[in-house]
Amino acid sequence: MKIVLDQVEKTFDSFRAVHGVSLEIGSGELVALLGPSGSGKTTILRMVAGLEYTDGGQIFFGDQDATDIPVRDRGVGFVFQHYALFPHMTVAENIGFGMKVSKVRRSKAEIATRVRELLSLVQLEGLGDRFPLQISGGQRQRVALARALAVDPKVLLLDEPFGALDANVRRDLRRWLREIHDELGITTLFVTHDQEEALDLADRVVILDKGRIVQEGTPQEVCRAPGSAFVMRFLGDANRFDADVKQGEAELAGLRLPAPGVPDGKAQVFVRPADLDWAQQGEGLPARILRVIDRPEKRRILALTERDETVELDVDVDTVVSPKEQGFLRIRRASVFAA
Amino acid sequence: MALQAHRKPPRVGDGPLFRRILITLVLITGALLIVAPLAVIGVQAFSLGTRHFAETIAHPDTRHAIMLTVLTALIAVPLNTAFGVAAAWAITKYDFWGRRLLLIVIEIPFSVSPIVAGVAYLFVYGLQGLFGPALQDAGIRVMFALPGIVLASMFVTAPFVARELIPLMQAQGRDQEEAATSLGASGWRTFFTVTVPNIRWALLYGVVLCNARVMGEFGAVSIVSGNIRGQTNTLPLHIELLYHDYNTVGAFAAASILAVLAVVTIIVKVWLERQGAGRRSRPALVAPGNAVAEKAS
Repeated sequence: MKIVLDQVEKTFDSFRAVHGVSLEIGSGELVALLGPSGSGKTTILRMVAGLEYTDGGQIFFGDQDATDIPVRDRGVGFVFQHYALFPHMTVAENIGFGMKVSKVRRSKAEIATRVRELLSLVQLEGLGDRFPLQISGGQRQRVALARALAVDPKVLLLDEPFGALDANVRRDLRRWLREIHDELGITTLFVTHDQEEALDLADRVVILDKGRIVQEGTPQEVCRAPGSAFVMRFLGDANRFDADVKQGEAELAGLRLPAPGVPDGKAQVFVRPADLDWAQQGEGLPARILRVIDRPEKRRILALTERDETVELDVDVDTVVSPKEQGFLRIRRASVFAA
Repeated sequence: MALQAHRKPPRVGDGPLFRRILITLVLITGALLIVAPLAVIGVQAFSLGTRHFAETIAHPDTRHAIMLTVLTALIAVPLNTAFGVAAAWAITKYDFWGRRLLLIVIEIPFSVSPIVAGVAYLFVYGLQGLFGPALQDAGIRVMFALPGIVLASMFVTAPFVARELIPLMQAQGRDQEEAATSLGASGWRTFFTVTVPNIRWALLYGVVLCNARVMGEFGAVSIVSGNIRGQTNTLPLHIELLYHDYNTVGAFAAASILAVLAVVTIIVKVWLERQGAGRRSRPALVAPGNAVAEKAS
């Protein structure tokens, strides 16, 4: 089911959490709402669910105006950050809850069959008789997902679905969620503050800041062509240099970088650590190495330029460098934004 | 090394001398202040033999006092339970104007002397009071009758249930109710299948405390009941009457009934706590196969 948000607004007391957000989520699409805390992403998700009423604007499910449909009748599956499983019910009872309270009457046998199907879908066969406290965090999250899917929702909404899990479980679960999504083809909207999670999982990423959408696009689009300094910095580590732009070119310590469309004057140049090279001789920004941090797949160098800017760059694991070494930074790729 | 460690206190502040003194002090104080008086009640109640005890208990005035006390509890406790749940729900699940004020208002009966409450009720509902004449015209008797006793008892015990529930419901947040609603459950269904099971132990604990206090309330009830023997005398008031009649043994006999009611209440409370604690910790310990048994219990 297609979901459309049209100029949706929300104010809490005097705090404006969401400013006129318009967004279209295609049927069967998997979309991430990505933003720092306080960016309004969870509020938007809760408004789509009907857990929060809008102060302005409309929300459409398909052609139907769903703005004023109460959450109970809206037909959404909502997965909470901390699962919100019912602790006094078994896993099977949790999953069956939505079917049991539904206005559509189902026999006990029907519910049991469907619960078994869902348990196998989320790979928890045989755990139906356990209580939520008896299973791991990752398993709880899968139960929460099965419970949400049990009511055949028109749309699946997930609030920081992997936020409370450790890194390895997180990665496994999100690949797995992608598989489930592709299998069921259900329109899915999820909220995260973790850019890696959003880029890893979503068809399209919607980046929010202070209650407004700042950029939306495929992971490739937002990564390769960040629309603002905020997006650039939010999506990953970035070094910032002050520069001057003249006629579509940024001048940075003697280097000239293309800056199409940026007006003349003060500007900021952002460079990802992987887009910087280290050279002992030749051209580039003169700098001195402060520290070298070793990681499994790379070496990260912390360096100080002559202009007193701290810079981080990633080099190959075999690169031989040591602290206090003098050398030159070469910029392979940069994004320039007006300051 | 190991021997040396053995001689040292296991933790800071755990010196053997200090520990012994502290434990002895607490035990002596507990014995003098709590156990001894209770024991005296039991001994004195039976000091003239079991027959005299039975006669005192069987006396119509005493029986009436017991009945009135139980009846008051049967009315006041459910009403206050409903109020407590409603107040805790409103305070923890909604944001509204006056929420903080309500929190303070609920606390007032804890800090106000029951006598003050009794006098206040007298001024509101008594014959010279605010609603007194109107109530009399309508033929409704509040003061010196059961309604007054129930109202005064409710005032004194209003905070018990709410105070137990508010911290728990605050910690639980709204997630589970929201989850149930998003799955299509109605408000009532959510309340009875999700909220109540989550708060049941705290709720029962609050009810037990509330009940104990309603049965034992003296100050407020003594003002509004008028202390009419055989009519508006609850058990605590009756004990005082017997005592002033120089019927010491009778007073102790009646007091022993109240003490038994209190002890039963405490036993129920401890039992409930055990149940609650077991319920919370058990799932983590049970083997998978026992899950069904756990559910059945």
